[in-house]
Amino acid sequence: MSGANALAILPLLIVAGAAVVAMVAIAIHRSHIVTAGIALAGCAVAFGCIWIAAKQAPRQVASLLVIDAYALFYFGLILAAGIAFVVLAYDYLRTCESGRDEMYILMLVATLGAMVLAAGNHWVSLFLGLELLSVSLYGMIAYLHTRPLPIEAGIKYLVLASVSVAFLLFGIALLYTALGTMDLPRTAALLNSGAPYDRALVVPGLALVITGLGFKLGVAPFHLWTPDIYQGAPAPVAGYIATVSKGAIFAVLLRYFYATGAHGFTPIFVVFFIISLSSMIAGNVLALLQRNVKRMLAYSSIAHLGYMLVAFLAGGALGPAAVTFYLAAYFVTMLGALGVISALSTRGQELEILDDYRGLFWRRPAIAAVFTAMLFSLAGIPLTAGFIGKFYLIAAGASGALWTLVIALVVMSGIGLFYYLRVVIAMFSGANMSRASEPRIQIAPGAVLAVLMVLLFWLGVLPQALLRLVRAAVAGLV
Amino acid sequence: MMLACLLIILGAGALAAMVAARWRPAACRSIALAAVLADLGIMLGIWVRGGGTRAVDLAWIGQFGIHFRLEIDGLSLLLLLLTFLLGAIAVLASWREITRSVGFFHCNLLLTLAGIAGVFLARDLFLFYFAWELMLVPTYFLIAVWGQQKRGPAAVKYFLFTQIGGLLMLVAILSLYFIHHRETGVYTFSYPELLGTALAPATEMWIMLGFFIGFAVKLPALGLHSWLPDAQMEAPTAANLTGLMLEVGAYGMLRFLLPLFPRAARSFAPVAMAVGVAGILYGAMLAFSQNDFKRLLAYGSVSHLGFVLLGIFVKNNLALQGALVLMIAQGLSVGGLFVVAGVLRERIETSDLARMGGLWTTVPRLSGSGLLFALALLGLPGLGDFVGEFLVLLGTWQRSIPAAVFAALGGIAAAIYALRLVQAAFHGPNEYNWRFADLVPREGLAVGAMVAILLWLGLYPQPVIATFQPVARALQNMQTAALSGLQAKPPVPPRFARR
Repeated sequence: MSGANALAILPLLIVAGAAVVAMVAIAIHRSHIVTAGIALAGCAVAFGCIWIAAKQAPRQVASLLVIDAYALFYFGLILAAGIAFVVLAYDYLRTCESGRDEMYILMLVATLGAMVLAAGNHWVSLFLGLELLSVSLYGMIAYLHTRPLPIEAGIKYLVLASVSVAFLLFGIALLYTALGTMDLPRTAALLNSGAPYDRALVVPGLALVITGLGFKLGVAPFHLWTPDIYQGAPAPVAGYIATVSKGAIFAVLLRYFYATGAHGFTPIFVVFFIISLSSMIAGNVLALLQRNVKRMLAYSSIAHLGYMLVAFLAGGALGPAAVTFYLAAYFVTMLGALGVISALSTRGQELEILDDYRGLFWRRPAIAAVFTAMLFSLAGIPLTAGFIGKFYLIAAGASGALWTLVIALVVMSGIGLFYYLRVVIAMFSGANMSRASEPRIQIAPGAVLAVLMVLLFWLGVLPQALLRLVRAAVAGLV
Repeated sequence: MMLACLLIILGAGALAAMVAARWRPAACRSIALAAVLADLGIMLGIWVRGGGTRAVDLAWIGQFGIHFRLEIDGLSLLLLLLTFLLGAIAVLASWREITRSVGFFHCNLLLTLAGIAGVFLARDLFLFYFAWELMLVPTYFLIAVWGQQKRGPAAVKYFLFTQIGGLLMLVAILSLYFIHHRETGVYTFSYPELLGTALAPATEMWIMLGFFIGFAVKLPALGLHSWLPDAQMEAPTAANLTGLMLEVGAYGMLRFLLPLFPRAARSFAPVAMAVGVAGILYGAMLAFSQNDFKRLLAYGSVSHLGFVLLGIFVKNNLALQGALVLMIAQGLSVGGLFVVAGVLRERIETSDLARMGGLWTTVPRLSGSGLLFALALLGLPGLGDFVGEFLVLLGTWQRSIPAAVFAALGGIAAAIYALRLVQAAFHGPNEYNWRFADLVPREGLAVGAMVAILLWLGLYPQPVIATFQPVARALQNMQTAALSGLQAKPPVPPRFARR
């Protein structure tokens, strides 16, 4: 491998190296803080190396990976989320029973998988990244293995994810049969050149790929696992799944489908149209019925992915940028929301039920204010990142003249408001003014939440810098 | 930068109130009052000097062509004066009513006012939408935290209605933005630039409907009004006066709907007028059958805002002037009654009319001012509402006689519900033996100011009409230009006075 190539994939190498170092460190001496420190340092150094890698971009590394502005942007998102995850998870596991260290190895491997997905330029790297990500997630979800719910969630995710990967593999196989290549640029060239190809294989192949990715994204009608996993998994892991896992898959969706132009094929367009519409409807309507805050966030994440698909389908000049911006805003918001739940937990006991939040504002005003801001951002209220994100999505949808989806987005986010406000109302209600039963917020997670909150408002009021980054990142996409 | 100062003062006041509450809870009331009065003073200064404020125009989100653009004309000026006046009264009225987390309350109150001021000042459609939405959040907290027993559902209902209406408006704004780009190649949300956008008739109608729904929810027009009675009933007085200020809906129609879509507005006018007239009658009928002081007022406002809607869409000079005077007058007369209701609720802890009665002997000053506001509400000559209603009816008569006749019936119905309110609350025997304090000087000052302005509006509305006149004339010129088929760019939006 040439030196330039090594520099280009330096962030990947560092994360992989950190996983090995962490493993060795555990073998020598078990120390929660050291392992967490290694993971944190790994993510932070890799984050810093993005600028080194950027000097080499755009660069094709072997035939599997491409390091371009788009991949690097997602590296940044994934690694930043990784840093936030390590801090939150450290605080979460601090009070738990022994065997806390392996979480960080799993997380580093999952992060590596997500980065491979973001940089993937080949159907094989898609598969590799996906497996790295999912296999680590099985372990992370079922991490608190002495409790029933995490185990159940882990098994559920294992079974469904394996099945979805089988679909994906079959789809890739069909595409390979039809086109004779697994390379993304060549696939794209073949599909776009107007050269004859076997449509009867390509379209079902793409449909199967969508099924596989749809499972991972948790969009309707492949969403059945989402609420159980969010509820069962430890809160930081749920945050990780909501952001890194789904974000990386969405990165794949954008890159692969925009490159091939496959989202424009009528049957594929119809499939995405239905997925988007049903995700918005199912997510929001089912979230209304939840009394458990984590399940509610799970259903709302289904809806949010539905919103993003609207801009994805709209394409054009605005679509990819809108989706990428929304994802960044969504990373901040979802990590913040689940970070609050995580920071309020002790010994793996989380505040899940709506009633637990009653009067929280009067007992713990700061954390309740953070949660309120995050919920408002999810609802798309001005001053928060979610507002600019939703504005961008609607703008993309309107520029693509997808009126049905845009109107559905509007009406459904109205419904969405209802269940977000329910939590806010509970926090501000004075029903339970008794002394705080919640633990004090530790400094480290408190700092992470503070940073997320600042980011939330910064992106909501002055989004220019991120907009510029996003536009540069997606420029090479279409 | 004077205009930006208005917002900065409110924002800084909100922060200061929040911080001050940690040391001395009482201080935040004075801070809030000072901030609002400072703004009121600035506005009065601008009015007396007859303009001379420069527009603010800063690039904000360049990628989308979004500017931070504030400007003022006669319409904005009058409504801002009303807003700050009601804001100051809201602070005074909450002096004793609010005892829990006072700092956070005043922070929300000032932010609500900042949102409303932003709505009235913004000349960039994105900024306008931003302020429009921003106004919701603090109002929501005002209702949800300091409201009555059923405040939670009422606050959510308020938020849902306004938010969905707002999002539909956002879709309409974006469609306009993209169509403008397609025609001119420029991405901009700037109001003066979007004014000239030529639209196909069907498109214009759809986009106009998006705006109409957004504003009609806030107005509220008949059919979209069901959030208002709950919200008004549960809200604390301060939110009744400010956050639930219905004038912003009417303002939106005057500022954006009519100038941007003159032809669609013209063809839609009969429908809107019918909705307005139906709202007048329906609101009055339901107001009559309410047993709660504040609910009655809410339906009374629906009825009054029906007149405003009618006046806006009749759109001749008389009707427009009437609509504007009525907006201000109803803000004061209904607002005054809300203050009365708030005082009563603070003293006897109910707003149920059945639990009142015979209060006149106990609290003559409070009852007297209640009667005065009620008389204004029913349109007694000499008070502000009469001038407004009369002008609207006069204008409507020129356009459609049946509409004027039915609307006039609403005037009669107003007399019935307003007098019923007075009788149930203040007259008759004092069955429950209420004994409580009358208006204290602080409340008397608030109420007195409102009465004085209502009288002034009723007797000499000329200054208000004169301030509004250039805007009304420009609105009509735009209409004629659009209908005569000239593709000429409509005149530059009216400024309140020459530089």
